[in-house]
Amino acid sequence: MSLATPSTVRELPPSTWGRVRKSRRVADKAMRIITASFTMIAIFVLFWILGMLIVKGIGGLSVATFTQTMPGPGSQGGGLANAIVGSIILTFLGIAIATPIGVLAGTYLAEYGKGSKLADLIRFINDILLSAPSILIGLFVYVILVEPLGGYSGWAGGVALGIIAIPVIVRTTEDMLRLVPGPLREAGSALGAPTSVVITSITWKAAKSGMVTGILLALARIAGETAPLIFTALNNSFWFSPDLLGGVSNLPVTIYQFASAPYENWQQLAWAGSLIITMSILVLSIVARRIVRGAK
Amino acid sequence: MTAVTDPMSIPAAHVQRKTPKGTFDLIFRNASFLSALFVLLLLAGIMLSMVIGGWPAFRAMGLGFITGTQWDTQADVYGAWPAIAGTLSTAFLALVIGVPLSLGIAVYLTQLAPPWFKQPVSTAIELLAAVPSIIYGMWGLFVFVPLFAAYVQQPLSNIVEGMPIVGTILYSRSPSGLGILTAGIILAFMIIPFVASIVRDMLDQIPSVLRESAYGIGATTWEVVRHVLVPQAGVSIIGAIMLGLGRALGETMAVTFVVGNANRLSASIMDPGSTIASRIANEFNEAIGLQLNALIALGCILFFVTFVVLVIARILVARVKAF
Amino acid sequence: MRKILILAAATIGLSGVAQAADITGAGATFPFPIYAKWAEAYKKDTGIGLNYQSIGSGGGIRQIKSKTVDFGASDMPLKGEDLEKDGLLQFPAVMGALVPAINIAGVEARQIKFTGEMLSEIYQGTIKKWNDPKLVALNPGVKLPDANITVVYRSDGSGTTFVWTDYLSRVSPDWKSKIGANTSVQFPVGIGGKGNEGVSASVKQIANSIGYVEYAYAKQNKLAYGLVQNRDGKFPVPETESFQAAAANANWNEAPGFGIIINNQPGAEAWPITSATFILMHKKADKPEQSAAALKFFDWAYKNGDKLAVELEYVPMPANVKDQIRASWKGITDASSKPVF
Repeated sequence: MSLATPSTVRELPPSTWGRVRKSRRVADKAMRIITASFTMIAIFVLFWILGMLIVKGIGGLSVATFTQTMPGPGSQGGGLANAIVGSIILTFLGIAIATPIGVLAGTYLAEYGKGSKLADLIRFINDILLSAPSILIGLFVYVILVEPLGGYSGWAGGVALGIIAIPVIVRTTEDMLRLVPGPLREAGSALGAPTSVVITSITWKAAKSGMVTGILLALARIAGETAPLIFTALNNSFWFSPDLLGGVSNLPVTIYQFASAPYENWQQLAWAGSLIITMSILVLSIVARRIVRGAK
Repeated sequence: MTAVTDPMSIPAAHVQRKTPKGTFDLIFRNASFLSALFVLLLLAGIMLSMVIGGWPAFRAMGLGFITGTQWDTQADVYGAWPAIAGTLSTAFLALVIGVPLSLGIAVYLTQLAPPWFKQPVSTAIELLAAVPSIIYGMWGLFVFVPLFAAYVQQPLSNIVEGMPIVGTILYSRSPSGLGILTAGIILAFMIIPFVASIVRDMLDQIPSVLRESAYGIGATTWEVVRHVLVPQAGVSIIGAIMLGLGRALGETMAVTFVVGNANRLSASIMDPGSTIASRIANEFNEAIGLQLNALIALGCILFFVTFVVLVIARILVARVKAF
Repeated sequence: MRKILILAAATIGLSGVAQAADITGAGATFPFPIYAKWAEAYKKDTGIGLNYQSIGSGGGIRQIKSKTVDFGASDMPLKGEDLEKDGLLQFPAVMGALVPAINIAGVEARQIKFTGEMLSEIYQGTIKKWNDPKLVALNPGVKLPDANITVVYRSDGSGTTFVWTDYLSRVSPDWKSKIGANTSVQFPVGIGGKGNEGVSASVKQIANSIGYVEYAYAKQNKLAYGLVQNRDGKFPVPETESFQAAAANANWNEAPGFGIIINNQPGAEAWPITSATFILMHKKADKPEQSAAALKFFDWAYKNGDKLAVELEYVPMPANVKDQIRASWKGITDASSKPVF
């Protein structure tokens, strides 16, 4: 993360300007103004988006939003309960798939594979997967799961989200384990503990908060994903089947469908859903960042 | 580094008994190794499924699949060029707009921002990355597009109409607000958090001795940035930009909302177009037969383009955080 | 804490799930509102849910062929030999009509008139501006602006596009030879919107635009729309009566699976762009109880759904056609060749 800027030069007394050529002074001023305004533009856009969500979404929020299922087209009332629960299930299914694989893979990279060519390759590939377009993950899962199993399902949706989450968890786990000082491990080994016990009882414990952060970040990353779900979990206007076969309702796809529908009630719900999902993700991200800062 | 376990608390059973320790050790080691291998298999699997799924389309169309401009489900003729061109041009515009903004933000955050201001601003910029793609799409379609059509596209079209070159590039036949440039602008804001935070970290890592000596000989802040920091961070800034490019190429939902979804080539960046990702999102659930293969083949092209871009990016950036 | 929340959420989710097996269907977006509306009412009546996902007609055909749904839905009727080849049974569920939706400041619904030929020229980009002499001549007294027309079409493959381009092919030889009729064609101009809803939203957003949408979408969205000249040279008002007039003269037994297209039918009152939307099911049912459940749903819809259909601007099938359709359902059998319905 960012280090403190130790520059003291910035507070040079203004009198030094006296000997600086005007063109240089102007260039410097211009740069200060331009970079500051660029920063303001980006922050403005963030607050513009959040403001839009609050203004348009708050009117659609009510108790019914969380307790009732999606209304029919043109019908009044209804809510997003099935989409919210479906999203929670799909997201945690994804995390449940990604956490063991991601943590173990990250552990391998940080502990066992140090310096090996294979580990370097895996680390490199993992970084590529981290930025791979999520729609391709959706296509991939469609090809390997939806088509062979003969239908959309919540499982396919969970797997797609899991694949997106894995590289995030691998990366943070490895980074956090590397921060654990070597002497701790050595102390463990000196007591006769085998590597696996040293890792699970010492290294993991020491890096716990950082690893949890990685999982939270992965959660935030997949909670709002839409593209991979369109081809896998699809959606459902009612309560989905408990075995998660068939379409499973979820917030992002519902927002996508409702936002462009002609019915005002649906549009209202789409904005309410957007507000819910964005705020949850922002809170998750902020919490995760707090933990990282605390850990370092 | 708090909460470090007292080494003495290691369960005695593990330490003393020799054989089970060996089994657990072996299982754990292999499980970690297999998990790591799984990451490798994942990428190979994605690559393979794209190539196999897209193969019938590649075989039927040959090289024409990439160079062809017709996307005709009726005649079963598929040419991906408009979508490839749309993908490249939206991503390029996103860089043209997003990179200067990102560099400015990184310089501001590391060199100019008052210390108390730096942290909240950094967080706000990073939160731009947490806003889901679909929300960018809705903001784009419902808020940005009408404003852009009324205050930029229409007046600009009236001004440039008939002019050479700009009259082609900037003229919109139907000033709807949707189009390649709109998609580029939305994408620019989506890549800012990635590029800006990597460059910020790069600049922070440059030893302060370098800066201080430059200040010492009387350089202004701009000169320090221009002549000391940028050359120092040089290659990794390019890496950060490539990483942003990788993001912009594959972005789907936001682009689908605002790009206009037209399967045509146009010389104007104000005209609607489509990208590979938006084409897949639009047509995939609907496609039958060769069209389905053609869409997977599109995915295959997107995969290889982003793969190359990301490989270059990673080589240049070496290791930086990327979430 | 988080785990408890998840568990609680999961429990709510599980307890809310319907007991009876739900019916799944997928396909055309054109009839999506009425299927969803019927599903809502059917659930209240019987407790059985119908999950219908509007993924487009092509998707509906693909899904039913790969047996991932209990029924597929398509706006474009399949030909007899295609039905035969895949062992599918086809029947119409409901009818609807398309209107050219417009967004011109100051022009209200039904104020502007088009001929089929003009619509074809607008969609080919040869009529570029709203104050084109041809449009002005047909619409005296309507204030048409000096502005470029933004053409909106469906970006996804769609039965709605099929109905629209089939209509244009019937009225314009030029369109027929250059572009033709299909679920997605190469539109020479315009922007694409995904689904009926995407086109409606685009027309609503974009000034001086025109798009073809199902009448219900135009009405729900409060979009203005134009009148279209029919085969008898008249400009009927789009409403249930003119849609039914179009269906009245049709000969439903002309094609297997009732697969006729009722665009541009004769009759002074007939709305020219009207079509039925079709259901596809396997004749040999892998899951007989599911097929039976789907047929029961449509039986219920034929009996009780007409009022809801009219409310949403759809046209119920004529009573005699419904009887013929029910008779055709005997063709859906389980493994022992026993009809499931």
